[in-house]
Amino acid sequence: MSMDKNCVILTENLHKEYRLGVIGTGTLRHDLQSWFAKKRGKEDPNRRIGMRDVADGDTFMAVDGIDLEIYRGERVGIIGANGAGKSTLLKLLSRITSPTEGRIAYRGRIASMLEVGTGFHAELTGRENIYLNGAILGMSRAEVDKKIDQIITFSECEKFIDTPVKRYSSGMFVKLAFSVAAHLDAEIVIMDEVLAVGDMKFQKKCIAKMRELAIDENRTVLYVSHNMSTIQDLCNRCIVLEHGKKVYDGDVDEAIKLYMGGDNDEFFAAEYNDDKYKNPVKRHDVNLTKAKYIGRTTNLFYGDEPIQLELEWENLADIPSLSLRIEVQDARRIPITSYLIEDFYSGKKGETHKEAFTLDVSKITRGRYITRYIFFNKKNEQVAYDDIEDAAGLVFRRQTPDDTKRPWNRLWGSIRLGNALLLKKGFE
Amino acid sequence: MDSERITYIEAKRKWFSIDFGELWRYRDLIILFVKRNISVSYKQTILGPLWILINPLLSTTVFTVIFGVIAGISTDGMPQFLFYMSGNVLWGFFSGCLNRGSSTFLGNARLFGKVYSPRLGTPISDIIYSFFNYLIQMLAFVGLVVFYAITNDAVCPNLTLLAVPLMVLQTAFLGMGVGLIISSITTKYRDLHILVSFGVSLWMYITPVVYPVSRIPQWLKGLFMLNPVAPIIESYRHAFLGCGSFEWFYWLVSLGITAVVVLFGLIVFNKVEKNFIDTV
Repeated sequence: MSMDKNCVILTENLHKEYRLGVIGTGTLRHDLQSWFAKKRGKEDPNRRIGMRDVADGDTFMAVDGIDLEIYRGERVGIIGANGAGKSTLLKLLSRITSPTEGRIAYRGRIASMLEVGTGFHAELTGRENIYLNGAILGMSRAEVDKKIDQIITFSECEKFIDTPVKRYSSGMFVKLAFSVAAHLDAEIVIMDEVLAVGDMKFQKKCIAKMRELAIDENRTVLYVSHNMSTIQDLCNRCIVLEHGKKVYDGDVDEAIKLYMGGDNDEFFAAEYNDDKYKNPVKRHDVNLTKAKYIGRTTNLFYGDEPIQLELEWENLADIPSLSLRIEVQDARRIPITSYLIEDFYSGKKGETHKEAFTLDVSKITRGRYITRYIFFNKKNEQVAYDDIEDAAGLVFRRQTPDDTKRPWNRLWGSIRLGNALLLKKGFE
Repeated sequence: MDSERITYIEAKRKWFSIDFGELWRYRDLIILFVKRNISVSYKQTILGPLWILINPLLSTTVFTVIFGVIAGISTDGMPQFLFYMSGNVLWGFFSGCLNRGSSTFLGNARLFGKVYSPRLGTPISDIIYSFFNYLIQMLAFVGLVVFYAITNDAVCPNLTLLAVPLMVLQTAFLGMGVGLIISSITTKYRDLHILVSFGVSLWMYITPVVYPVSRIPQWLKGLFMLNPVAPIIESYRHAFLGCGSFEWFYWLVSLGITAVVVLFGLIVFNKVEKNFIDTV
């Protein structure tokens, strides 16, 4: 494996395979019991209730043949739906688990922050924890000594630095933990969604710090997030993963467009005819097959215009009562609101059905939104019949006449509740 | 240069591959783990580190009362308290290494699941921590030995003392080796974890901690001395008190067993560490 002088991470044909189901039951007695039951052709007494029968030896590729070349000073974002393999990839790179196949080579040291405050000990003071955490992340004592003042200042915890961290608020804890990681001398910094914690102001500060590390000191940053705006702020290259494979590698805006579903603005209908949108551990009584906006060729909804949505599905079991929730998420994948329609349909196994809905989106402000369709039974709202994973729902865009007059209102939030009213004079 | 060193991660790994250079680079972490263990152990306690001494003194007192006074088991003519203390201190060190070693994977699963550092650093820091406790108890013990050696003719420390550092090292390695094996198996089967706590106390009774080897019938002695801890404790006691005997043959066998256990422990540990986080 030869590496270019400026290449800092190189992976070849990287695979990670997991076995589905439960690996053993944790105690020897239960394993023997299960083995004995199988021998006699009986049902395993230790099988989890409600789990679909996952055949023994069934495997699943969390990372399925990824080749990467990452260069010095790059700020690489990694995005993808849940289960696309992002975290597994980071775990492989940071040597927490080892690949099933393939190779990795990296130059210099990797500091990985897969969680905020790993190795912090509640009984130790902030200062002691800085040393401990720094060492866990691969810094020597001398290196921490050099940076300790910067770390403390950055964390905004000067006053409490000699207090045990168990007395810290969770915000302070996060700030201190991030500060340590941000001041590492490692050549490669890996972060998994850690910036999602902490307040807005601190988040901005962190992103600025990471960018500074990459630009001024030529460090390499790998960053996984569901928050597209932080990806846009921080990264200059973006990788999209889907089912363990790399589907895009390059420009950040292009990557985000691709990931958000509907890589062009004319994306107004979708068919779900393969299983890739299905979550294998969830129930699957209803199978959504088609979704489209009625009578449209674009997904832009202007002003007061409602969305008319048509869904088609197939009953994989008898459906005594069907309800639907349509969740709307903003660009950061945070749900901003939901539409509910309860108990609107019942049907028998094997039937297919088409239903049209109208959604009032006039209170949703300009921007690009993703939807999810969650079918459920009203009697048991917690268990979804079918839950189309996020990347698959239809996307819609919103614009209102107001937007051209006030271009700056994009920062005013996702929902517009209208004007405030003056209380009548003389009320005092 | 650290910043230019290339690290390779391969799917297949040799059955024995321990990167000692890497352990050395992480020495600050190992030291900090030791410091953390020391300072965390006695936070919010009134007596603090005094517990390190209270523990063996209390248990030695109990041994003296039960085995010495009530049961009247021979102590080879040695002052009872000193006799029990000698076995107790070294056994405490052994079981400390074993217990800590056996929880390496389960006890650190959260940390190991989130960040990489040489996994062997944790058991090494545990050995050092246990050694620190042992050293303090040892000072108290040596004080007692000096006191008795002056006041009591039966107690006569001898040249076997020269081998004591090696015995202590061997104890640490043996405890850790057994601990690592248990730890590696417990990532899949938790049964062993339960077994450890009472298994260790049972082990103590087949080891000459509360009785001298001279009480063992001759026909059983060969088998009895196969327990690798037995010759260590007996020789250790011989060095400080002059009772019993130091038998080269048994000690060499015990050294051999220790080497095998440690090697086996490292191999299993090495095999388990790369993927244990997927099964734990």
